[in-house]
Amino acid sequence: MFRFALGRLLQAIPVLLVVITMTFMLVHSAPGGPFSADKAVPAEVLEALEAQYNLDQPLWQQYISYLGDVVQGDMGPSFKYPGRSVNELIYSGLGTTAELGFYAMLVAIFIGVIAGVTASMRPNTMQDYVPMTAAMIGICMPSFLLGPLLVLVFGIHLEWLPVSGWNQIPGDKILPAITLGTGYAAYIARLSRGGMLEVLSQDYIRTARAKGLSEFLIIGKHALRGGLIPVVAFLGPAFAGLLGGSFVVETIYQIPGLGRFYVQAAFNRDYTMILGTTVFFATLIILFNLLSDMLAVWLNPKLRQQVRGEG
Amino acid sequence: MAALLDVKNLKVHFHTRNGLVKAVDDVSFSVNPGETLAIVGESGSGKSVTCYSLLDLLPKPPAKIEGGTAMFDGEDLLTCNKDRMRHFRGNDIAMIFQDPMTSLNPNLTVGEQLIEPLIYHPDKERRQDRATAKLRAIELLNEVGIVDSERRFDSYPHEFSGGMRQRVMIAMALINEPRLLICDEPTTALDVTIQAQILELIKKLQQSRDVAVIFISHDLGVVAGIADKILVMCNGVAMESGTTDNIFYKTKDDYTKRLLSAIPEGAKTMKNRAQAGSPLVEAKNIRTWFKDFSGSKTITVKAVDDMSLTIKRGEILGLVGESGSGKSTLGRSILQLVPTQEGTVTFDGTDLTSLSPKQMVPWRRRMQMIFQDPYASLNPRMTVFETLAEPLLYHGIANKHNVTEQVQALMDDVGLARAHMRKYPHEFSGGQRQRIAIGRAIATKPELIIADEPVSALDVTIQAQILDLILNLVERHNLTMMFISHDLSVVRYISDRVMVMHHGVLVEQGNTETLWAKPKKAYTKNLLKAIPLADPKSERTRLSN
Repeated sequence: MFRFALGRLLQAIPVLLVVITMTFMLVHSAPGGPFSADKAVPAEVLEALEAQYNLDQPLWQQYISYLGDVVQGDMGPSFKYPGRSVNELIYSGLGTTAELGFYAMLVAIFIGVIAGVTASMRPNTMQDYVPMTAAMIGICMPSFLLGPLLVLVFGIHLEWLPVSGWNQIPGDKILPAITLGTGYAAYIARLSRGGMLEVLSQDYIRTARAKGLSEFLIIGKHALRGGLIPVVAFLGPAFAGLLGGSFVVETIYQIPGLGRFYVQAAFNRDYTMILGTTVFFATLIILFNLLSDMLAVWLNPKLRQQVRGEG
Repeated sequence: MAALLDVKNLKVHFHTRNGLVKAVDDVSFSVNPGETLAIVGESGSGKSVTCYSLLDLLPKPPAKIEGGTAMFDGEDLLTCNKDRMRHFRGNDIAMIFQDPMTSLNPNLTVGEQLIEPLIYHPDKERRQDRATAKLRAIELLNEVGIVDSERRFDSYPHEFSGGMRQRVMIAMALINEPRLLICDEPTTALDVTIQAQILELIKKLQQSRDVAVIFISHDLGVVAGIADKILVMCNGVAMESGTTDNIFYKTKDDYTKRLLSAIPEGAKTMKNRAQAGSPLVEAKNIRTWFKDFSGSKTITVKAVDDMSLTIKRGEILGLVGESGSGKSTLGRSILQLVPTQEGTVTFDGTDLTSLSPKQMVPWRRRMQMIFQDPYASLNPRMTVFETLAEPLLYHGIANKHNVTEQVQALMDDVGLARAHMRKYPHEFSGGQRQRIAIGRAIATKPELIIADEPVSALDVTIQAQILDLILNLVERHNLTMMFISHDLSVVRYISDRVMVMHHGVLVEQGNTETLWAKPKKAYTKNLLKAIPLADPKSERTRLSN
């Protein structure tokens, strides 16, 4: 397993290099610069600013020195938040976003798996159609629509839950988690239905029935492990996607997370911030993909032994 | 004696989109304690559906039990509720399935699956704790012949061979000491030697425990030695039933007669076809090795190790061996479909191993292959016309103007009605599909055909038709053939000369009848001894020895 993970991490290096290079080229080719948006700045001040952030150097030199910094784990200073480094800014929002992502993931897995498994037990009946239609709506519903809807119903009309904030009033994490998790719950429901249907048609499920096992054991013990492998493979990219896609929800509920930095940085042409957050999310995606692959291997006895043999 | 299971007028229908299918139509039979009933019929005859309906294992819908009773020990299996059914399943009535590769859960250890009927017994009082159940399971594993059973208890199914998995399945079925054991084609997926072992094991266990057995098979030959009575089914209807001896020796039913006559048996009657002159194929010291990364260490699998052979023009060379003996790889090596490490393959005077893939193209036309599974080897998105026209056009044998005629001629050749030309493979039966595959192979007018288990996936009666078709085509088109099979009776029926392979090397070779009469090597003797005889009296003595 160790060698498997190491190999995958080594593969990540060229991927990250491509991500950095492409993003670097793109942000620098976009019109405007970090200091051109605000009110007119005197030419000498602008020059001094650009010199301070090395923007007066040729592009390739900026690129090389940026790469050198990134290798050492330094994402550089932010152009728009004077005196604060990109590392600091990411770190300050990461905890909140990760927590939000974690709860959203719990919502997604809990609702998704239950809906998918329920649907797969009686395919092409109402027990299948109802959760699957709900899943379809969940996939189609963007979070900027679902969020305000939930706020209207549960926050304003019923007055059950707080409408915004994070970690201030008890229960203020519920609506953001549901808003962010719903779309993923719908995907997981569809994946787990498909996976379970495939497994439930296998010969060994018939064997389990012929042995006299209860329906609960057949589903929970014999089918679930194989049926949820597609879901497990999806979890890694999904979690990375949750973190990257949380800015809408963070904006709706005014949550001090990572997402708003990401969006603002793009508008501000905050070069280092854009690059920093992009590299950070790319790393997360690679890491979580690796984690879910390792989990999928661990769930399959045959692969598990192969990998153990190699490592 | 009161019957243990008494099935009367069973009717099972499938309500499908294409209409009603009467899978089982008014079938009655009974099984006494300790007795073995064989249900025999071709695929689609309803024999498996009959047994699955007893344990409520059919998917509903589309299946629906339309009528009848199945009294087991005074209770009707067809009308009892789900809870009651769980008491029968795995306890009073246990089942063994055809394919041991897919019938065990790959995600759970063999031990865990073995003890489940004990630790989750629907009767709370009869439930056992894990430790006791494990002891019982290990005891049973020993009984069914699993060596080192204590360690193997924690192994996963993929660590067992097919025969061993079927032994595990049998142990699992017996763990609650059932009174009725239903075996659904338990040996069809296994090699002939393993089949013989499993048949012996079932017979032995049945006698020592006095358990009643329902044995489902498409092959009358397999059940000759173990069945007390036989029910012959066709298209959902019981054609005939009676004692084994009556069915084999005194049958009056035409369908049963057809089944019996389809069993390939007896000596080859045709003259030797080999023509004098230089051989068509001469292979020298072929080595085809693969690297296997699946184990804990990378191993080199010597699939074919230093094999030499010649195929004379016009002859059918039979190649027999168990699964894993390398016989398919040898066939592919000769056609240069897998890279060979060493050795030369001379085809009509040219060394194929020295040719580049591009140089091979004109030679490909002269050598073709027929595969085992016509379901998998035909492209499901191509019609019969497209499948047969492709090689004709590619090799320039036909042009756009006369391709239809040529395809029609081919279809006549292999016995397919011309009207089927625009149909897709899924619209045909297994036997018809194999005819399409054979048509595709002979389309390029090849000289050599390598047939890799071409009849193994087919019912006995269809198998006989396809074998006759192959013989007919060999004669008419002056073909040379290598016929690969694990089924020795089939090879004897069709081949002029036979080679026996084991673990990638040649065991022995000789003219078919000489080899059958006087096998020299112990391995060949064992193989020949394992063939089930389609004669109840001699088969019973063979099994009891």
